[in-house]
Amino acid sequence: MGRAERRAATGTFYRLIGIAGFVALWFLAAHRAGPGPLLPSPLQVASFAWREIIDGDLPRQMGATLARVAIAFTLSMAAGTAIGYAMGRSRRINAFADPLLVLALNLPLLVIVILAYIWIGLNDLAAVLAVVVAKAPTVVVTIREGARALDPELDEMAAAFRLPPLRRLRAVILPQLASYLVASGRSGLSITWKIVLVVELLGRSDGVGFALNLYFQNFDVTGIIAYGLAFALVMLVVENLLLQPLERRANAWRAHA
Amino acid sequence: MRGAPMLEAHIAAKRAPSGEALLRDIRLTVGPGEIVALLGPSGVGKTTTLRILLGLDRDFEGSVRRAATRTGALFQEPRLLPWRDVRDNIRLAIPRGQPMPDIAALLDEVGLPGGETLYPAQLSLGMARRAALARALAIAPDLLILDEPFASLDPAMAERIATRLARLPRERGAALVMAMHDLDRAVALATRIVILAGRPASVAYQVEIAAHADDAERASVRADVIRRSPFAAGSIPDVHGDAVAVAPAQG
Repeated sequence: MGRAERRAATGTFYRLIGIAGFVALWFLAAHRAGPGPLLPSPLQVASFAWREIIDGDLPRQMGATLARVAIAFTLSMAAGTAIGYAMGRSRRINAFADPLLVLALNLPLLVIVILAYIWIGLNDLAAVLAVVVAKAPTVVVTIREGARALDPELDEMAAAFRLPPLRRLRAVILPQLASYLVASGRSGLSITWKIVLVVELLGRSDGVGFALNLYFQNFDVTGIIAYGLAFALVMLVVENLLLQPLERRANAWRAHA
Repeated sequence: MRGAPMLEAHIAAKRAPSGEALLRDIRLTVGPGEIVALLGPSGVGKTTTLRILLGLDRDFEGSVRRAATRTGALFQEPRLLPWRDVRDNIRLAIPRGQPMPDIAALLDEVGLPGGETLYPAQLSLGMARRAALARALAIAPDLLILDEPFASLDPAMAERIATRLARLPRERGAALVMAMHDLDRAVALATRIVILAGRPASVAYQVEIAAHADDAERASVRADVIRRSPFAAGSIPDVHGDAVAVAPAQG
């Protein structure tokens, strides 16, 4: 076993201890709270979640939410990256768009969601658009930093050799932006799904946010925890299987540095 | 000069962002097969001139016309992409549709044999600049603009690179413009020597050397250059801010 593998194994070990500690604490707290509806035990939550999965209810709601997250995440990353890049590269565009950016960053999420529903209607277009408007500005801020940090010497090299625009983007610019893209992607995904839940809670008739609202009305803590944790778990898997490998790939060349 | 010029430049004036005049009335016409050595004290504006010739600096009064279809560039810094190995750095510069050159042979010629799979961080400055030179050569340039191609090279390597560069005009009629410090090497290699001096810098002196000039002729050019521009031999190493007194022409 190499040193890196041993370090990874140690990391996994402590991770498992952390999770086990959390579950143990939860058992203890549930035991203290007694048999009432206030805090169900992990077992109760797990069996409830299992029933919901067998019914197909949880997968259906989860699917609806994941679809919104995927679309909203893609759109906000694309829009945020394009706008952030333009603002980082051009002082004029930055001066023009900066006040709007500050406004968008400070607009309360609820205002955006409510206005979207009023102006566009209680539909998925409004839901996704609200998430994009709420999320894209933070992407803009990160990518703008990245665009400002682009190496002007490499720009000149690309210009001197007359590299075609697509090759310049792929070979010269994107590798420099990669760590910024991954950073905003990782923070972006967790923000996006939290916003999507709020948007669903306020105006959709399916999705995890809708389910949470339903269980809240019925004061069903088991359902709330089951749905909340199940969804967090799915996002954790997405993060570990999708975003972290992407990050490793983007940084692979640094091993030679 | 044979054939239509590869490069025609007239820099009437170039100012720093502060408004200070850096270059004044520099005319440069370079034809196929010519090797122009641009000499002058450090800080006189050789790099600024080359950047204008490359089209990287458009903030000047005057005009630059490049007729070359493929222009190769060597900067003072290597300017390699740190996330690509040497081979991919070289490939990057090859225009679509142009045949891929023999990169291994090219690296061998610039004294970096077997360097294809190395990453820039694994190279010394001298090695990285040679990789950058290989990149400039790889596109089969008909115009090559080089900033200090012999800096950070040991004498043997410098000699080898000089021999390689001298082949370009003979074999393919390429034109070379090089900023450099070493008058001896300039006299041995160039078909024209252009001395920049003064503040703002202008052409203080220039002289043509026949491509097949013998050693005696080149030695007399060397003496001539030193007589007219003493700093060209390194006797006035650096100029920063102060005007340089150019030795008056002597008969």
